[in-house]
Amino acid sequence: MSKLHVTTTVNGDEVEYLCDPRETLLDCLRDKLNLTGAKEGCGTGDCGACSVTVDGRLVCSCLMLGVEADGKQIETVEGIADGDVLHPLQKKFIEYAALQCGVCTPGVLVAAKSLLEKNPDPTEEEARYWLAGNLCRCTGYDKIIRAVMDTAAELREAS
Amino acid sequence: MDYHSPASFAEASALAENATGITRFLAGGTDVLVQLRSELVTPDTLIDIKKIDGVHDVTRNADGSWTLGVAVTGAEMSEHPELGRDWPGVVEAMDLIGSTQVQGRATLTGNLCNGSPAADSVPAMVAAGVTLSVTGPGGTREVAVEDIPTGPGRTSLVRGEVISAVNIPARGENGGDAYQRFIPRTEMDIAVVGVGVNLRLDGDTIAEARVSLGAVAPTVLLVKDAARAIVGTALDDAALEALAAAASAACNPIDDKRGTIEFRTEVAGVLAKRTAKVAYARAKGEQA
Ligand SMILES: Cc1cc2nc3c(=O)[nH]c(=O)nc-3n(C[C@H](O)[C@H](O)[C@H](O)COP(=O)(O)OP(=O)(O)OC[C@H]3O[C@@H](n4cnc5c(N)ncnc54)[C@H](O)[C@@H]3O)c2cc1C
Ligand code: FES
Ligand code: FES
Repeated sequence: MSKLHVTTTVNGDEVEYLCDPRETLLDCLRDKLNLTGAKEGCGTGDCGACSVTVDGRLVCSCLMLGVEADGKQIETVEGIADGDVLHPLQKKFIEYAALQCGVCTPGVLVAAKSLLEKNPDPTEEEARYWLAGNLCRCTGYDKIIRAVMDTAAELREAS
Repeated sequence: MDYHSPASFAEASALAENATGITRFLAGGTDVLVQLRSELVTPDTLIDIKKIDGVHDVTRNADGSWTLGVAVTGAEMSEHPELGRDWPGVVEAMDLIGSTQVQGRATLTGNLCNGSPAADSVPAMVAAGVTLSVTGPGGTREVAVEDIPTGPGRTSLVRGEVISAVNIPARGENGGDAYQRFIPRTEMDIAVVGVGVNLRLDGDTIAEARVSLGAVAPTVLLVKDAARAIVGTALDDAALEALAAAASAACNPIDDKRGTIEFRTEVAGVLAKRTAKVAYARAKGEQA
Protein backbone atom coordinates (compact mmCIF):
# COMPACT_ATOMS: atom_id res chain seq x y z
CA MET A 1 0.00 0.00 0.00
CA SER A 2 1.36 3.40 -0.93
CA LYS A 3 2.22 5.80 1.84
CA LEU A 4 1.03 9.36 1.99
CA HIS A 5 3.30 12.34 2.44
CA VAL A 6 2.26 14.75 5.19
CA THR A 7 3.66 18.19 6.02
CA THR A 8 2.51 19.66 9.29
CA THR A 9 3.63 21.97 12.08
CA VAL A 10 4.24 20.47 15.51
CA ASN A 11 5.00 22.79 18.43
CA GLY A 12 6.01 25.48 15.95
CA ASP A 13 8.37 23.35 13.86
CA GLU A 14 7.52 22.21 10.36
CA VAL A 15 7.83 18.42 10.10
CA GLU A 16 7.19 15.83 7.40
CA TYR A 17 6.40 12.15 7.54
CA LEU A 18 5.15 9.32 5.37
CA CYS A 19 2.21 7.38 6.74
CA ASP A 20 -0.21 4.63 5.94
CA PRO A 21 -3.73 6.11 5.71
CA ARG A 22 -4.86 3.89 8.59
CA GLU A 23 -2.28 5.27 11.02
CA THR A 24 -3.60 7.71 13.59
CA LEU A 25 -2.07 11.06 14.42
CA LEU A 26 -1.09 9.50 17.76
CA ASP A 27 0.85 6.71 15.95
CA CYS A 28 2.57 9.31 13.77
CA LEU A 29 3.53 11.56 16.70
CA ARG A 30 4.92 8.68 18.73
CA ASP A 31 6.46 6.39 16.12
CA LYS A 32 7.57 8.79 13.39
CA LEU A 33 8.31 12.00 15.25
CA ASN A 34 9.42 10.38 18.53
CA LEU A 35 7.07 12.62 20.49
CA THR A 36 6.03 10.05 23.07
CA GLY A 37 4.37 12.47 25.49
CA ALA A 38 0.89 11.74 24.18
CA LYS A 39 -0.06 8.26 25.40
CA GLU A 40 -2.41 5.61 24.13
CA GLY A 41 -4.64 4.69 27.05
CA CYS A 42 -7.61 3.28 25.16
CA GLY A 43 -7.42 4.15 21.46
CA THR A 44 -11.16 4.78 21.37
CA GLY A 45 -11.61 8.38 22.51
CA ASP A 46 -12.53 7.56 26.10
CA CYS A 47 -9.48 8.39 28.21
CA GLY A 48 -7.89 11.57 26.83
CA ALA A 49 -4.28 10.43 27.42
CA CYS A 50 -3.60 11.19 23.74
CA SER A 51 -4.92 14.79 23.90
CA VAL A 52 -3.29 17.36 21.61
CA THR A 53 -4.55 20.56 20.01
CA VAL A 54 -5.06 20.91 16.27
CA ASP A 55 -5.38 24.49 15.04
CA GLY A 56 -6.07 25.43 18.65
CA ARG A 57 -8.82 22.84 19.15
CA LEU A 58 -8.48 20.11 21.79
CA VAL A 59 -8.84 16.64 20.24
CA CYS A 60 -7.93 13.00 20.88
CA SER A 61 -5.01 12.20 18.58
CA CYS A 62 -6.09 8.54 18.61
CA LEU A 63 -9.32 9.58 16.83
CA MET A 64 -7.65 11.49 14.03
CA LEU A 65 -5.68 10.10 11.11
CA GLY A 66 -2.07 11.09 10.52
CA VAL A 67 -3.01 12.27 7.01
CA GLU A 68 -5.58 14.67 8.42
CA ALA A 69 -2.76 16.63 10.10
CA ASP A 70 -1.52 17.88 6.73
CA GLY A 71 -1.23 21.67 6.79
CA LYS A 72 -2.38 21.92 10.43
CA GLN A 73 -0.79 23.37 13.56
CA ILE A 74 -0.39 20.66 16.20
CA GLU A 75 0.54 21.34 19.82
CA THR A 76 1.59 18.52 22.14
CA VAL A 77 2.72 18.32 25.76
CA GLU A 78 6.33 18.61 24.57
CA GLY A 79 5.63 22.20 23.51
CA ILE A 80 4.24 23.37 26.86
CA ALA A 81 7.52 24.12 28.69
CA ASP A 82 9.74 26.89 27.35
CA GLY A 83 13.04 24.99 27.11
CA ASP A 84 13.96 24.14 30.70
CA VAL A 85 11.42 26.58 32.13
CA LEU A 86 8.27 24.77 33.12
CA HIS A 87 4.84 26.22 32.33
CA PRO A 88 2.93 27.44 35.43
CA LEU A 89 0.56 24.46 35.07
CA GLN A 90 3.48 22.04 35.17
CA LYS A 91 4.90 23.73 38.28
CA LYS A 92 1.55 23.56 40.05
CA PHE A 93 1.11 19.90 39.14
CA ILE A 94 4.41 19.18 40.89
CA GLU A 95 3.57 21.42 43.86
CA TYR A 96 0.16 19.79 44.36
CA ALA A 97 1.40 16.26 43.56
CA ALA A 98 -1.37 16.13 40.95
CA LEU A 99 0.05 12.98 39.41
CA GLN A 100 1.07 9.52 40.49
CA CYS A 101 1.88 7.13 37.63
CA GLY A 102 1.77 10.05 35.18
CA VAL A 103 0.17 8.27 32.25
CA CYS A 104 -2.77 10.68 32.13
CA THR A 105 -0.67 13.76 32.88
CA PRO A 106 0.43 14.82 29.37
CA GLY A 107 -3.20 14.72 28.20
CA VAL A 108 -4.44 16.50 31.31
CA LEU A 109 -1.84 19.26 30.90
CA VAL A 110 -2.70 19.82 27.23
CA ALA A 111 -6.43 19.86 28.06
CA ALA A 112 -6.00 22.17 31.07
CA LYS A 113 -3.84 24.60 29.09
CA SER A 114 -6.49 24.69 26.39
CA LEU A 115 -9.17 25.40 29.04
CA LEU A 116 -7.23 28.32 30.54
CA GLU A 117 -6.62 29.82 27.10
CA LYS A 118 -10.35 29.77 26.38
CA ASN A 119 -11.53 30.60 29.88
CA PRO A 120 -8.99 32.19 32.24
CA ASP A 121 -11.49 32.21 35.12
CA PRO A 122 -13.30 28.85 35.11
CA THR A 123 -15.50 27.71 37.97
CA GLU A 124 -14.56 24.39 39.51
CA GLU A 125 -17.58 22.85 37.81
CA GLU A 126 -16.49 24.20 34.42
CA ALA A 127 -12.99 22.83 34.95
CA ARG A 128 -14.37 19.42 35.94
CA TYR A 129 -16.65 19.25 32.89
CA TRP A 130 -13.88 20.42 30.55
CA LEU A 131 -11.60 17.68 31.89
CA ALA A 132 -14.29 14.97 31.99
CA GLY A 133 -12.70 13.30 28.96
CA ASN A 134 -9.35 12.92 30.73
CA LEU A 135 -9.48 9.84 32.89
CA CYS A 136 -7.06 9.36 35.78
CA ARG A 137 -6.74 5.99 37.46
CA CYS A 138 -4.58 7.26 40.33
CA THR A 139 -5.21 10.69 41.80
CA GLY A 140 -8.95 10.81 42.36
CA TYR A 141 -8.95 14.09 40.38
CA ASP A 142 -9.04 16.40 43.38
CA LYS A 143 -5.38 17.38 43.24
CA ILE A 144 -5.59 17.85 39.48
CA ILE A 145 -8.53 20.21 39.84
CA ARG A 146 -6.87 22.14 42.68
CA ALA A 147 -3.68 22.52 40.64
CA VAL A 148 -5.65 23.79 37.63
CA MET A 149 -7.74 26.22 39.69
CA ASP A 150 -4.66 27.58 41.47
CA THR A 151 -2.77 28.01 38.18
CA ALA A 152 -5.75 29.90 36.78
CA ALA A 153 -5.74 32.24 39.80
CA GLU A 154 -1.99 32.77 39.53
CA LEU A 155 -2.14 33.51 35.81
CA ARG A 156 -4.96 35.99 36.37
CA GLU A 157 -2.92 37.84 38.99
CA ALA A 158 0.12 37.91 36.71
CA SER A 159 -1.77 39.41 33.79
CA MET B 1 -7.61 1.57 2.65
CA ASP B 2 -7.56 4.42 0.12
CA TYR B 3 -7.85 7.91 1.50
CA HIS B 4 -9.33 10.70 -0.62
CA SER B 5 -9.99 14.35 0.16
CA PRO B 6 -12.12 15.64 -2.70
CA ALA B 7 -12.64 19.36 -3.35
CA SER B 8 -16.37 19.16 -4.13
CA PHE B 9 -19.44 17.09 -3.24
CA ALA B 10 -19.82 16.08 -6.89
CA GLU B 11 -16.32 14.62 -6.74
CA ALA B 12 -17.05 12.97 -3.36
CA SER B 13 -20.20 11.42 -4.81
CA ALA B 14 -18.36 10.15 -7.91
CA LEU B 15 -15.62 8.63 -5.76
CA ALA B 16 -18.23 6.83 -3.66
CA GLU B 17 -20.18 5.68 -6.68
CA ASN B 18 -17.13 4.13 -8.33
CA ALA B 19 -15.59 2.64 -5.18
CA THR B 20 -15.66 -1.09 -4.51
CA GLY B 21 -15.93 -2.73 -1.09
CA ILE B 22 -16.70 -0.72 2.03
CA THR B 23 -16.88 3.07 1.71
CA ARG B 24 -17.03 5.56 4.55
CA PHE B 25 -17.10 9.33 4.61
CA LEU B 26 -14.83 10.96 7.14
CA ALA B 27 -16.26 13.94 9.03
CA GLY B 28 -15.01 14.13 12.65
CA GLY B 29 -14.02 10.47 12.63
CA THR B 30 -15.24 9.86 16.19
CA ASP B 31 -17.26 6.86 15.01
CA VAL B 32 -15.23 5.92 11.90
CA LEU B 33 -11.89 5.83 13.77
CA VAL B 34 -13.29 3.88 16.74
CA GLN B 35 -14.69 1.26 14.34
CA LEU B 36 -11.44 1.20 12.35
CA ARG B 37 -9.28 0.81 15.45
CA SER B 38 -11.42 -1.92 16.96
CA GLU B 39 -11.48 -3.68 13.56
CA LEU B 40 -15.25 -3.55 13.39
CA VAL B 41 -15.21 -1.74 10.04
CA THR B 42 -12.09 -1.23 7.94
CA PRO B 43 -13.18 0.84 4.96
CA ASP B 44 -11.61 0.13 1.56
CA THR B 45 -12.30 3.72 0.60
CA LEU B 46 -12.33 6.63 3.01
CA ILE B 47 -13.57 9.96 1.67
CA ASP B 48 -12.66 12.94 3.85
CA ILE B 49 -15.23 15.68 3.25
CA LYS B 50 -13.49 18.35 5.35
CA LYS B 51 -11.56 19.98 2.48
CA ILE B 52 -14.72 20.84 0.51
CA ASP B 53 -15.51 24.57 0.35
CA GLY B 54 -18.06 25.80 2.88
CA VAL B 55 -18.24 22.66 5.05
CA HIS B 56 -17.08 24.57 8.14
CA ASP B 57 -19.60 27.42 7.73
CA VAL B 58 -22.58 28.25 9.92
CA THR B 59 -24.85 30.57 7.92
CA ARG B 60 -28.06 32.33 8.87
CA ASN B 61 -30.03 32.82 5.65
CA ALA B 62 -32.12 35.89 4.79
CA ASP B 63 -35.37 34.11 5.76
CA GLY B 64 -34.00 33.25 9.22
CA SER B 65 -33.25 29.61 8.42
CA TRP B 66 -29.80 28.15 9.00
CA THR B 67 -27.42 26.22 6.79
CA LEU B 68 -24.68 24.27 8.56
CA GLY B 69 -21.75 22.76 6.71
CA VAL B 70 -21.32 19.02 7.25
CA ALA B 71 -17.97 19.44 9.03
CA VAL B 72 -19.25 21.93 11.64
CA THR B 73 -18.37 20.46 15.03
CA GLY B 74 -20.32 20.35 18.27
CA ALA B 75 -17.88 22.83 19.80
CA GLU B 76 -18.41 25.27 16.93
CA MET B 77 -22.19 25.00 17.34
CA SER B 78 -21.99 25.70 21.10
CA GLU B 79 -19.63 28.63 20.59
CA HIS B 80 -21.82 30.25 17.94
CA PRO B 81 -23.35 33.42 19.42
CA GLU B 82 -26.76 33.16 17.65
CA LEU B 83 -27.47 29.54 16.76
CA GLY B 84 -28.14 28.44 20.35
CA ARG B 85 -30.54 31.34 20.86
CA ASP B 86 -32.71 30.14 17.98
CA TRP B 87 -32.25 26.39 18.52
CA PRO B 88 -31.13 25.71 22.10
CA GLY B 89 -32.45 22.12 21.93
CA VAL B 90 -30.43 21.20 18.86
CA VAL B 91 -27.29 22.78 20.30
CA GLU B 92 -27.71 21.17 23.76
CA ALA B 93 -28.30 17.74 22.19
CA MET B 94 -25.11 17.96 20.15
CA ASP B 95 -23.25 19.31 23.19
CA LEU B 96 -24.10 16.16 25.18
CA ILE B 97 -21.98 14.05 22.84
CA GLY B 98 -18.74 12.89 24.44
CA SER B 99 -15.99 14.95 26.02
CA THR B 100 -14.43 18.31 25.13
CA GLN B 101 -12.07 16.37 22.86
CA VAL B 102 -14.93 14.60 21.06
CA GLN B 103 -16.81 17.92 20.75
CA GLY B 104 -13.83 19.33 18.87
CA ARG B 105 -14.44 16.82 16.07
CA ALA B 106 -17.96 15.33 16.15
CA THR B 107 -20.60 16.51 13.66
CA LEU B 108 -24.40 16.34 13.34
CA THR B 109 -24.15 14.47 10.04
CA GLY B 110 -21.75 11.87 11.42
CA ASN B 111 -24.01 11.34 14.42
CA LEU B 112 -26.98 10.78 12.10
CA CYS B 113 -25.25 8.62 9.47
CA ASN B 114 -23.52 6.37 11.97
CA GLY B 115 -27.05 5.10 12.52
CA SER B 116 -27.07 4.56 16.27
CA PRO B 117 -30.68 4.49 17.57
CA ALA B 118 -29.34 6.34 20.65
CA ALA B 119 -27.60 9.17 18.74
CA ASP B 120 -28.27 12.27 20.81
CA SER B 121 -28.54 14.99 18.18
CA VAL B 122 -31.03 13.05 16.06
CA PRO B 123 -34.28 13.42 18.10
CA ALA B 124 -33.49 17.12 18.52
CA MET B 125 -33.03 17.51 14.77
CA VAL B 126 -36.25 15.58 14.04
CA ALA B 127 -38.21 17.74 16.50
CA ALA B 128 -36.75 20.87 14.92
CA GLY B 129 -37.76 19.73 11.43
CA VAL B 130 -34.19 19.68 10.13
CA THR B 131 -33.56 18.47 6.58
CA LEU B 132 -30.41 17.38 4.79
CA SER B 133 -29.19 18.23 1.32
CA VAL B 134 -28.09 14.94 -0.23
CA THR B 135 -25.82 15.05 -3.26
CA GLY B 136 -25.75 11.99 -5.47
CA PRO B 137 -25.01 10.97 -9.03
CA GLY B 138 -28.35 12.46 -10.15
CA GLY B 139 -27.97 15.82 -8.42
CA THR B 140 -29.07 17.11 -5.03
CA ARG B 141 -32.28 16.27 -3.13
CA GLU B 142 -33.61 17.38 0.24
CA VAL B 143 -34.48 14.71 2.81
CA ALA B 144 -36.00 15.01 6.30
CA VAL B 145 -33.77 13.75 9.12
CA GLU B 146 -36.36 11.12 10.16
CA ASP B 147 -36.18 9.59 6.66
CA ILE B 148 -32.43 8.87 6.87
CA PRO B 149 -32.10 6.06 9.47
CA THR B 150 -33.64 2.73 8.46
CA GLY B 151 -32.30 0.59 11.32
CA PRO B 152 -29.30 0.31 13.62
CA GLY B 153 -26.23 1.20 11.52
CA ARG B 154 -28.29 1.59 8.34
CA THR B 155 -29.46 4.61 6.36
CA SER B 156 -31.61 5.26 3.30
CA LEU B 157 -28.69 6.89 1.48
CA VAL B 158 -27.86 4.94 -1.68
CA ARG B 159 -24.47 4.27 -3.18
CA GLY B 160 -22.82 7.48 -4.33
CA GLU B 161 -24.90 9.73 -2.07
CA VAL B 162 -23.27 12.11 0.39
CA ILE B 163 -24.89 14.65 2.70
CA SER B 164 -23.80 18.10 1.58
CA ALA B 165 -25.57 20.44 4.05
CA VAL B 166 -27.73 20.52 7.18
CA ASN B 167 -30.77 22.82 6.88
CA ILE B 168 -32.42 24.09 10.05
CA PRO B 169 -35.72 25.97 9.64
CA ALA B 170 -36.26 29.57 10.66
CA ARG B 171 -37.06 29.79 14.37
CA GLY B 172 -39.98 32.19 13.92
CA GLU B 173 -41.84 33.91 16.73
CA ASN B 174 -42.82 32.29 20.05
CA GLY B 175 -41.02 29.01 19.47
CA GLY B 176 -38.79 26.90 21.68
CA ASP B 177 -37.07 23.54 21.61
CA ALA B 178 -35.30 21.25 24.08
CA TYR B 179 -33.57 17.89 24.28
CA GLN B 180 -33.07 15.70 27.33
CA ARG B 181 -31.68 12.23 27.73
CA PHE B 182 -31.52 9.73 30.54
CA ILE B 183 -28.15 8.10 31.20
CA PRO B 184 -27.00 6.03 34.18
CA ARG B 185 -24.03 8.37 34.75
CA THR B 186 -23.82 12.17 34.54
CA GLU B 187 -21.35 12.41 31.61
CA MET B 188 -19.89 10.32 28.79
CA ASP B 189 -22.61 7.70 28.44
CA ILE B 190 -25.10 6.38 25.88
CA ALA B 191 -28.72 7.50 26.06
CA VAL B 192 -31.22 5.02 27.52
CA VAL B 193 -33.96 7.36 26.34
CA GLY B 194 -33.66 10.70 24.52
CA VAL B 195 -36.50 13.17 23.90
CA GLY B 196 -36.62 16.19 21.60
CA VAL B 197 -39.53 18.65 21.73
CA ASN B 198 -40.06 21.69 19.54
CA LEU B 199 -43.17 23.86 19.79
CA ARG B 200 -44.69 27.18 18.86
CA LEU B 201 -47.14 29.14 21.02
CA ASP B 202 -50.09 31.32 20.26
CA GLY B 203 -50.42 33.22 23.53
CA ASP B 204 -50.29 30.49 26.20
CA THR B 205 -51.61 27.81 23.86
CA ILE B 206 -49.42 25.41 21.93
CA ALA B 207 -50.18 25.98 18.25
CA GLU B 208 -47.72 23.50 16.76
CA ALA B 209 -45.47 20.80 18.21
CA ARG B 210 -43.10 18.04 17.20
CA VAL B 211 -42.01 15.35 19.66
CA SER B 212 -39.27 12.87 18.87
CA LEU B 213 -37.90 9.90 20.82
CA GLY B 214 -34.46 8.29 20.61
CA ALA B 215 -33.09 4.97 21.93
CA VAL B 216 -36.53 3.37 22.37
CA ALA B 217 -36.87 1.77 18.91
CA PRO B 218 -34.60 0.62 16.05
CA THR B 219 -34.71 4.15 14.64
CA VAL B 220 -35.54 7.61 15.91
CA LEU B 221 -39.32 8.17 16.21
CA LEU B 222 -41.41 11.19 15.30
CA VAL B 223 -44.37 10.69 17.64
CA LYS B 224 -47.37 12.46 16.16
CA ASP B 225 -49.73 11.29 18.93
CA ALA B 226 -47.47 12.92 21.51
CA ALA B 227 -47.59 16.20 19.61
CA ARG B 228 -51.39 15.93 19.28
CA ALA B 229 -51.64 15.44 23.06
CA ILE B 230 -50.27 18.92 23.73
CA VAL B 231 -51.37 21.00 20.73
CA GLY B 232 -54.28 23.27 21.72
CA THR B 233 -53.35 23.13 25.41
CA ALA B 234 -51.32 25.37 27.73
CA LEU B 235 -49.36 22.31 28.85
CA ASP B 236 -51.57 21.76 31.89
CA ASP B 237 -51.35 18.57 33.95
CA ALA B 238 -53.86 16.69 31.82
CA ALA B 239 -51.93 17.54 28.65
CA LEU B 240 -48.68 16.44 30.28
CA GLU B 241 -50.21 13.11 31.30
CA ALA B 242 -51.57 12.57 27.79
CA LEU B 243 -48.13 13.43 26.38
CA ALA B 244 -46.43 10.93 28.69
CA ALA B 245 -48.92 8.21 27.78
CA ALA B 246 -48.45 8.81 24.05
CA ALA B 247 -44.65 8.81 24.37
CA SER B 248 -44.65 5.56 26.34
CA ALA B 249 -47.09 3.97 23.91
CA ALA B 250 -44.75 4.69 20.99
CA CYS B 251 -41.80 2.85 22.55
CA ASN B 252 -40.53 -0.43 21.16
CA PRO B 253 -37.25 -0.64 23.06
CA ILE B 254 -34.60 -3.26 23.66
CA ASP B 255 -33.91 -4.86 27.03
CA ASP B 256 -30.29 -4.51 28.07
CA LYS B 257 -28.00 -3.81 31.01
CA ARG B 258 -28.60 -0.04 30.70
CA GLY B 259 -32.37 -0.34 30.97
CA THR B 260 -35.19 -2.85 30.78
CA ILE B 261 -38.13 -2.49 28.40
CA GLU B 262 -40.39 -1.39 31.28
CA PHE B 263 -37.85 1.16 32.48
CA ARG B 264 -37.26 2.71 29.06
CA THR B 265 -40.99 2.90 28.39
CA GLU B 266 -41.70 4.61 31.71
CA VAL B 267 -38.75 6.99 31.42
CA ALA B 268 -39.79 8.03 27.90
CA GLY B 269 -43.02 9.41 29.37
CA VAL B 270 -41.33 11.14 32.28
CA LEU B 271 -38.66 12.72 30.08
CA ALA B 272 -41.22 13.82 27.48
CA LYS B 273 -42.99 15.83 30.20
CA ARG B 274 -39.77 17.40 31.47
CA THR B 275 -38.53 18.24 27.99
CA ALA B 276 -41.85 19.73 26.91
CA LYS B 277 -41.85 21.99 29.98
CA VAL B 278 -38.41 23.32 29.06
CA ALA B 279 -39.39 23.89 25.42
CA TYR B 280 -42.57 25.64 26.58
CA ALA B 281 -40.67 27.94 28.94
CA ARG B 282 -38.20 28.77 26.18
CA ALA B 283 -41.04 29.54 23.78
CA LYS B 284 -42.36 32.01 26.38
CA GLY B 285 -38.96 33.66 26.41
CA GLU B 286 -38.09 32.39 29.89
CA GLN B 287 -34.61 31.14 30.67
CA ALA B 288 -34.72 27.36 30.94
C1 LIG C 1 -15.71 8.99 23.75
C2 LIG C 1 -16.93 9.08 22.86
C3 LIG C 1 -18.15 9.46 23.40
C4 LIG C 1 -19.28 9.55 22.59
N1 LIG C 1 -20.46 9.94 23.17
C5 LIG C 1 -21.59 10.02 22.41
C6 LIG C 1 -22.82 10.44 23.01
O1 LIG C 1 -22.92 10.74 24.19
N2 LIG C 1 -23.93 10.51 22.20
C7 LIG C 1 -23.87 10.20 20.87
O2 LIG C 1 -24.91 10.30 20.20
N3 LIG C 1 -22.71 9.82 20.28
C8 LIG C 1 -21.56 9.71 21.01
N4 LIG C 1 -20.39 9.31 20.43
C9 LIG C 1 -20.37 8.93 19.03
C10 LIG C 1 -19.88 9.99 18.02
O3 LIG C 1 -19.02 10.93 18.62
C11 LIG C 1 -21.03 10.74 17.35
O4 LIG C 1 -21.86 9.82 16.70
C12 LIG C 1 -20.53 11.82 16.38
O5 LIG C 1 -21.53 12.79 16.20
C13 LIG C 1 -20.12 11.27 15.02
O6 LIG C 1 -19.75 12.36 14.18
P1 LIG C 1 -18.38 12.35 13.35
O7 LIG C 1 -18.34 13.62 12.59
O8 LIG C 1 -17.23 12.07 14.22
O9 LIG C 1 -18.64 11.11 12.37
P2 LIG C 1 -17.65 10.17 11.54
O10 LIG C 1 -17.03 9.18 12.45
O11 LIG C 1 -16.73 10.99 10.69
O12 LIG C 1 -18.73 9.45 10.58
C14 LIG C 1 -19.77 8.65 11.13
C15 LIG C 1 -20.59 8.02 10.01
O13 LIG C 1 -21.25 9.02 9.25
C16 LIG C 1 -20.96 8.90 7.87
N5 LIG C 1 -20.86 10.25 7.34
C17 LIG C 1 -20.12 11.28 7.84
N6 LIG C 1 -20.29 12.39 7.09
C18 LIG C 1 -21.14 12.06 6.10
C19 LIG C 1 -21.72 12.78 5.00
N7 LIG C 1 -21.43 14.08 4.79
N8 LIG C 1 -22.58 12.12 4.17
C20 LIG C 1 -22.90 10.81 4.38
N9 LIG C 1 -22.39 10.09 5.40
C21 LIG C 1 -21.53 10.70 6.25
C22 LIG C 1 -19.67 8.11 7.79
O14 LIG C 1 -19.57 7.38 6.56
C23 LIG C 1 -19.78 7.21 9.01
O15 LIG C 1 -20.51 6.06 8.70
C24 LIG C 1 -19.21 9.25 21.21
C25 LIG C 1 -17.97 8.88 20.65
C26 LIG C 1 -16.83 8.81 21.47
C27 LIG C 1 -15.53 8.43 20.84
S1 FES D 1 -5.93 6.92 23.75
FE1 FES D 1 -7.05 8.50 22.78
S2 FES D 1 -8.66 8.79 24.17
FE2 FES D 1 -7.65 7.10 25.06
S1 FES E 1 -1.64 9.73 37.52
FE1 FES E 1 -1.92 7.67 36.96
S2 FES E 1 -3.58 7.84 35.59
FE2 FES E 1 -3.45 9.81 36.35
